[in-house]
Order: sequence, then structure tokens, then C-alpha cells
Amino acid sequence: MTTTAQAAGRSPVRRLAGTLHRHPRLRLSLLLTAPLLWLAVLYLGSLAVLFVSAFWTTNSFTSEVVKVWSTDNFHALFTTPVFRQVILRSIGVALAVTVLCAVIAFPVAFYTARIAKPKWRPLLVVAILTPLWASYLVKVYAWRLILSQGGLADWMLKPFGMSGPGFGLLAAVIALTYLWLPYMILPIHTALEQLPASLLDASADLGGRPARTFRSVVLPMVLPSVAAGSVFTFSLSLGDYITVQIVGGKTQLIGNLVYSNIELNLPMAAALGTVPVVVIVLYLLAMRRTGALSSL
Amino acid sequence: MEGSAIRLRDLRKSFGETTAVAGIDLDISDGEFFSMLGPSGSGKTTVLRMIAGFESPTSGEIELAGQEVTGLAPFERDVHTVFQDYALFPHMTVEQNVAYGLKVRKVPKPERLVRARKALADVRLEGFGRRRPGRLSGGQRQRVALARALVGRPRVLLLDEPLGALDLKLREQMQVELKAIQREVGITFVFVTHDQEEALTMSDRIAVFNQGRIEQVGTPAEIYERPATPFVAGFVGTSNLLEGQSARQVVGAPGTYSIRPEKIRVLKESAEADEPEHSTATGTVAEVVYLGDATRFLVDLDAGGRLTALQQNLETSSEDVAAYRGTRVRLQWHRRHTFKVPDPR
Repeated sequence: MTTTAQAAGRSPVRRLAGTLHRHPRLRLSLLLTAPLLWLAVLYLGSLAVLFVSAFWTTNSFTSEVVKVWSTDNFHALFTTPVFRQVILRSIGVALAVTVLCAVIAFPVAFYTARIAKPKWRPLLVVAILTPLWASYLVKVYAWRLILSQGGLADWMLKPFGMSGPGFGLLAAVIALTYLWLPYMILPIHTALEQLPASLLDASADLGGRPARTFRSVVLPMVLPSVAAGSVFTFSLSLGDYITVQIVGGKTQLIGNLVYSNIELNLPMAAALGTVPVVVIVLYLLAMRRTGALSSL
Repeated sequence: MEGSAIRLRDLRKSFGETTAVAGIDLDISDGEFFSMLGPSGSGKTTVLRMIAGFESPTSGEIELAGQEVTGLAPFERDVHTVFQDYALFPHMTVEQNVAYGLKVRKVPKPERLVRARKALADVRLEGFGRRRPGRLSGGQRQRVALARALVGRPRVLLLDEPLGALDLKLREQMQVELKAIQREVGITFVFVTHDQEEALTMSDRIAVFNQGRIEQVGTPAEIYERPATPFVAGFVGTSNLLEGQSARQVVGAPGTYSIRPEKIRVLKESAEADEPEHSTATGTVAEVVYLGDATRFLVDLDAGGRLTALQQNLETSSEDVAAYRGTRVRLQWHRRHTFKVPDPR
């Protein structure tokens, strides 16, 4: 046939390209194999191992894992007061950080997206992102310095007769808010920037004063992006344990419990580890209802 | 004499170095369908946005119903706008969109709903109230925007190229509907468009804009049949001007003259000239454009210059008219269809 004769005359690369063009399914499977393998084996696989091992127990003398099926660990999660407290505290911290981030990010994003001159906007976005270039540890230790006794916070609040919060729960919330703030500002900035000016004109045209326009048009249209940003701030806060160790004083969050159990009682650590996973899945499901996931 | 709905006095607007509107005086009467016609960048949309209050003029005055509003914000003016991109709120249902202006004005909820439903019925969208704007077609969105702007019974409705995004069929249908709705509600419509046919179809009066100024204000017939400037003659309808040497030879006097293409008959060169009532000119057909219902002949005159003639295809087919290309013809038109165009400033 002429087509095969033509095909024979072409270079192997072009033949391969032609084959791929004619077989979209082959193309798709080649494209997806690597990421799917990564997702299935490394991520879902390790999650499954985590979940399964949470049902095992340990020998209380040797701390060795005994592969006997039991739900004791999950039972302990809900009955041991310490565990319950820490879980609730962790969720509380994550929520507080999320709310703080949203409250701070909105005016910042409003400025960078709508008030600042257009030529400065990309620069401002870069400025918002610069903290992400620095190491996480450097930033948290910087906060340790700021919040330490006689540190910057104390010094600045002294004229008002107050002192800094010191190390503890509040310090952890402040540091975490600082760390995850860019993840909240960016989606809100994008949403505000894409908000058509004609919608604001239309609201004013129909008699809406600025406050009404903000409440009825800007806020509802930007809310999915706030929810999208909150997915970052919430899950990152829930999974964090280093910041708390550095500036949290004696405060313990789920991550710290996992960390301290991992040597002595691996199954218990696994059971504790599934808590944030479950909470975040529930959070994502709740956020999906707001349309946040389509604006990520 | 009816009152003035809108009065513009020496209105000017500059954006930095560029002048968008260079001094406009205009009176628009109550209940009038008034069109602002011009090419893009001629300042017509800027004038509209200044009437709505989205832009503040660099200088000049705007009066609405005898009241000066130049410094007022959009929400303080009794004017509503239909936007080019419709600007429907995507997070609200159609009904909520229409009722928004009433809600802002604190109209009680039951009355609000009744009026919103009535407004939707007026634009033939009953039963669409619960849908989101994103799930409507372009024409339906356009009508929602219209209902939203009309439900508050503004004194003046501003329309910024509202039909620009629609396809031809829908556009023609909406032109008729818009005009009917305007007659029904009796509100002053100010309609911005770059489409001369649209302006001619719907308007009571038209202002032709060019480079930030108004070239001519008049009824569609005046604008079309008696263009005041060469620009109007060229922009409204097909440009068909006789100038200089050819004017002297064909019309018999110097100056610039305009003849509408459909007034010109294409005859065989040998045909008798029907003087003195008619003007005539001989030439060569340079191009033949078959339009289906009509044919456009571009004729290079022996006297210099080129005229376009439009002939209905009453008895001719596409092959017949194609045969005209390159042949010698005689153009003839009634003298009263020749208009002297005033010289430009």
C-alpha cells in the first residue's frame, strides 16, 4: 500500500509521532502512567499502609509491633482525654490560622489587585511570594527571636504597658498565620483581579453604594477563592508540628503526638496520623460545596 | 415641546494625553430613542459612561431632567445601563439579578418579586427566573440585562452596543423588539452603536460621532439622505462621493457631492441620456459584487473617480451580472438625489 510505503520512507521519530497521533488512547496511557504510578504506589500506598498499621498493636515490654487486628487504638483516640484535647486543639489552631489568614489576606489582595496601579501589581505579587523563598526553619526561628523574652514583640509593646505573647499556643497561631498567609493572598488576589469591572459598574448603576456592592457582588464572587486558600492554610496548619515545637512552648498538636509515639507505639502513631487525613477529607468535602475546588 | 431628558454642555474628556471627547453639546428629549453612531474610538461610549457616571468629565456639564448631575456618583443618578457584556451577576439567579436594583432601593420583597417577574415577562423570559445567567444563551442574557435595567423604571436607559455580541438573525429580531419595548415603556433610550443599519432602523434621532465630536444630529432620513459632512456621507451608507474634476464634469459645478448607490441605475453605454432631469456619467465596470438579492457595481468614471451602484436582482441572475465586469456602462440618476456635501471645517 502507498501509506506503508510512505511510512517506511520516514524517520523513526516521525513514524512514532504518527502512531501516537493515530492512537489517542496509547498517547493518554503513556502520559498518565508515570504520575498515576506515583500517586497509587507512593501516596495512596503509604496511606493504606498507615491505615492498616493503625489496627495493629505493640508488645508493651519490647515495643515491637504485633500484627494482630484490633480497634483499640481508635478507641483510645476518642476515650483518652489527652488525645481528645490535642485533636480538638489542633483543629482549633487550624481554624484560627485560616480565619486570621483570610481576614489579613483580603485587604492585602484588594490592594494588590484593584487599588495599586496595574504596572506595580506583578511586583507586589512577587513581594508577597518572597517569604516563600526563605527556609521554613529560618522563618520560624525568626519568630522565636521576635517572641522571645525581651525580644522585638516585648520591646514594641512595652510603651503601651503590655508584653509579647511569649511562647505558647498564641505564638504558634501567629507563626503559622505568617507562614501560610501567601497561600491565602494569591487565590484571593487572582479572583479580585479577574472580577470584571463592569459588574462593579452594574451594581453602582442599579443604585448600589460601595458597601452594598462589596457585600452583594465582590464578596460572594471571591468567597470560593477564600475557601480555596483556606484548603491550603487549614491542611498545612493541621499537619504542622515543627513550628509548635519551636515557638509553642509546651503546647502539643497532633503532629507532636505522632512524633513522640512513633518510636514506642507505631500503631498508635498511625492511628493519630489518620486523624488529620480524615479531617482534611471532611474539610475538602465541605469546601467542595462552595465551589472552591474549581477555583484552585 | 417636551422636556429635555439629557442635556450635555461642552462636555470634554481626556485620558492623559489623548482626548476622547472634544466638546459636545447635545439635547435629548423625553421619551426619545436616540442613537450615538460612530466608529470605535469616536468617543460615543465615553459620552455614555459619563452620562451614567462611571467616568467624570474633564470639563463641561451634564443635566438629567433639568437637574445638574455632573459630580454625582452612578448610584445617585436615575439612569440605568445595559452593558455591552451584559454584566449579569453570575452568582445570582436571573430573578435575583433583575430584582437587585429594587433590593438595593429597599423595595419590600413581595413587591420586588412581582415586579421582577413582570419585567421578565415583558422581555419574554417567563419561567427562566430560577436559572443562573451562565446557563442562558446570548440573546436571553441580553434580555435579562434589559429587564434588570428597566425594572426600576429609570428616567433614561443607556444601551452600550447591546446587540454587538449577537448573531445577525437574533440582532435583527432584537432591534425590532427593543424598539417595541421602548415604545411600550416610554423611557428615553440612548443607544450606542457602530452599526449604521441598527441606528437607522431603531432611532428617532441619531448623532454621528467622529474623533470625539458630533458631526451631525438628525432623523435617520436626514442623516442618510442629507449628510452634513463627507464623514457622515461615508460612514452612513456606502461612500459615494464626486469631488473636484469629476464633480465639475458630471454635476456641472465644483464641490463635493454624494449620491446613494441604490439611486444610480446602470444602463448600456449607448442608452439615451434622459436629460435634463437626470445626471449621467459613462465609465467602465471595475468590479461586480453579487449580494444575492442585489448586485453592487463599482464603476470607474471616464471623468475620474469611482461610483458604486446598487441594483436589485429583479430579473438578472449571478451569471448575467458577472458578464458586466469590464464592460462600458452609462450611470444615470435623478438630479434630486445628488447632494452637495458641505466642505469640511
